[in-house]
Amino acid sequence: MVEWTEFERDTIKDIFSKIDYDVVGPAALTRCLVVYPWTRRYFGNFGALYNAEAIMGNEMVANHGKKVLHGLDRAVKNMDHIKESYCELSQLHSDQFHVDPDNFRLLADCLAIAIATQWGSAFTPDIQAAFQKFLSVVVFSLGSQYH
Amino acid sequence: MNDDCNDGDDDADDDDDDDDDDDDDNCSLEGNYLNVNMSLSSKQKATVKDFFSKMSTRSDDIGAEALSRLVAVYPQTKSYFSHWKDASPGSAPVRKHGITIMGGVYDAVGKIDDLKGGLLSLSELHAFMLRVDPVNFKLLAHCMLVCMSMIFPEEFTPQVHVAVDKFLAQLALALAEKYR
Repeated sequence: MVEWTEFERDTIKDIFSKIDYDVVGPAALTRCLVVYPWTRRYFGNFGALYNAEAIMGNEMVANHGKKVLHGLDRAVKNMDHIKESYCELSQLHSDQFHVDPDNFRLLADCLAIAIATQWGSAFTPDIQAAFQKFLSVVVFSLGSQYH
Repeated sequence: MNDDCNDGDDDADDDDDDDDDDDDDNCSLEGNYLNVNMSLSSKQKATVKDFFSKMSTRSDDIGAEALSRLVAVYPQTKSYFSHWKDASPGSAPVRKHGITIMGGVYDAVGKIDDLKGGLLSLSELHAFMLRVDPVNFKLLAHCMLVCMSMIFPEEFTPQVHVAVDKFLAQLALALAEKYR
């Protein structure tokens, strides 16, 4: 089981209570699709994804970004049982969506960068460390049911 | 999650892969058909040079901050600095060394047209003396990107992000060139 310090718990709750999901979600997914273009393979039905401008203006990408970010809420509310919370979603990503789990790590990195653009120096090294630890647990959990 | 995504159809052959970001061709078919060119297009090189020039007044801060974040977010990297009295985030040796590293990155921007040739001696240093596991280059690159996006949120667009990420990856490859 993952051990969280009080600082880490407070930081995670604080981050998710302060970020604008409608900005950060789309920004993170957009960056992922632009910076790691092979991730576009999972969104064949999202319409125009052929360059950065198309992706940045794509409404389906924006909506999906919000959805994915909200997908982290269950981990925030359940920090002591993250792996269990993602059991079903992990199976779904494996068996239905066939997403290579390395992509979760790429999106997590883009999420850190998206928050950094919003928070600037308020995104301190300690906060970044707590946030990336949290994301790595989610990433691990999402990959846990692959077989 | 996405209900519409991937109903089992084979999306693997994404024809759009070659067209990203108005690049010159990314696919070189000379000789071995597997010789896909992942190096920087001339447009991306220009983007990198332009962004690094904008960043230059803050380059020391970014270097110092990036190395601090490396040891904060990835504590295992402190193993390379056991000879320092204090390898904690924000400490004097960490900040100083971060500035040194950033200086090296700027030097590499000047050698962007031939990173392997230009970074030969640095590669030998890292290979035979420092022996830093190359996985750490990626971790530091990520921390640099975080710092850039903190300090230059408007300028660090997705297009700039991809060009700089590619450049840092190429730099890492050039640094690891002499490893084996």
